[in-house]
Amino acid sequence: MSLKQTPLYPMHLKYNGKIIDFGGWELPVQYEGMGIIKEHNMVREKAGLFDVSHMGEVLVTGDKAEEFVQRLVSNDIKSMQDFQVIYGLMCYPSGGVVDDLLVYRYSNSKYLLVINAANVEKDFAWIQENLIPGVTADNVSDEYAQLALQGPAAQEILQQIVDVDLDSIRFFWFNPEVKISGVECIVSRTGYTGEDGFEVYVRPEDAVFIWEEILHAGGELVSPVGLGARDSLRFEAKLPLYGQEIDQDITPLEAGLGFFAKLNGDDFIGRSALLSQKEEGLKRRLVEFSMIGKGIPRAHYEVQKDGVHIGHVTTGLHAPTFKKPIGLALININYTEPGTRLDIMIRDKAIEAVVEPGIFYKKKTKSK
Amino acid sequence: MNIPKKLLYTSEHEWIKVDGERGHIGITDYAQHHLGDIVFVELPEIGEEVAMGESMGVIESVKAVATLFSPAGGRVIEVNDELEEAPELLNEDPYGNWIAIVELSTSDDLDKLMSAEEYTAFCANLD
Repeated sequence: MSLKQTPLYPMHLKYNGKIIDFGGWELPVQYEGMGIIKEHNMVREKAGLFDVSHMGEVLVTGDKAEEFVQRLVSNDIKSMQDFQVIYGLMCYPSGGVVDDLLVYRYSNSKYLLVINAANVEKDFAWIQENLIPGVTADNVSDEYAQLALQGPAAQEILQQIVDVDLDSIRFFWFNPEVKISGVECIVSRTGYTGEDGFEVYVRPEDAVFIWEEILHAGGELVSPVGLGARDSLRFEAKLPLYGQEIDQDITPLEAGLGFFAKLNGDDFIGRSALLSQKEEGLKRRLVEFSMIGKGIPRAHYEVQKDGVHIGHVTTGLHAPTFKKPIGLALININYTEPGTRLDIMIRDKAIEAVVEPGIFYKKKTKSK
Repeated sequence: MNIPKKLLYTSEHEWIKVDGERGHIGITDYAQHHLGDIVFVELPEIGEEVAMGESMGVIESVKAVATLFSPAGGRVIEVNDELEEAPELLNEDPYGNWIAIVELSTSDDLDKLMSAEEYTAFCANLD
């Protein structure tokens, strides 16, 4: 299969991105002259611009759209207002996760679902399979390019070139009719970094123009940021990544995402399995840990206690903000108490770690 | 790409600077550039015997884990402890910061390594 390019591919070449194959997409892991740590710090301190056009979009329309999305997604869809955004999960009847997603509500008969790039085909098939009469779902992924402008300076930068007061777009709300330098866009105050910022959806043919306009408006305050820092930023803010913290065999409850699975609300696919899991008690749970011994924990490394397998690392890395390695691990519930010593198996050696909640980045998003 | 003349090179992007029976070992500019920000170095143990091409340490960047292979056989007699606290030195000056010193068991291994000219051509073929 040949690799796909986003509409912003020419920009990755122009700004000397180091291109890698990311789930079939040619995207920059970092940019020449910057690197993951500098790009990461830029987003924490000023602002960074990301190409996230590989994300998928599915448009759900029809009289029964609200009912359908509510059945599909774990969060409380019915309480949403027009132009609100909500984070949720699509689950299998088993309670395992099909994907996590953002739901944009235009009205109770029109929703835009934003899903993970690697899952677009699987998700769309799942949506089709569960479709009810009176609802249409269209995979409109190719109709949108997506940019994310993230960091404390994001609003100051974007405000210079938009025709709306960005204060009017609150955290997890969107405006579908914003003009950036005269070009129509959808702008939401959302992101995947733990910083304040915006995600911008544009027609593919406008993407390069918008990219350059934002960089020009930001000047020294902004730089392009690749997938490497996108991962380290989301990880430090403890935002889950499909395939690591969640997947078809891990439930939202195990991943610590119970807040986004409203078990007392309307029915959704997977709800009864999650209710039973909650009633019976979790057998394993995601924990935050830091290293005592020397080494960097990485995704899929085994976790042991006294030589016995108790789970695995979902994500671990050298956290640029804290300048030390930290990790998330999905482990047997008996070892999840704060202060519990664990062994992370790094190259067949047991390296000591400790369960330590609260060590991750405190999000700077504007939660009002 | 910086490739000093007087060193010998491996296809795994290590360098060795031979001084009599001792060799200083490190990673090349190409290696540090492709790894990106280096955040962890696992050094070999002093006294450890290593064969040519055998794993003698680990270099980790934010995204990648890379094995350090010994360019020649011998016994590790010194390691650069400074890299444990400041692994980024390998990015900043990959030839100024050696990782380990090996007492060579034979000079035969050195004949199998690349000269600066050969290594330059080797890297040119990779990109």
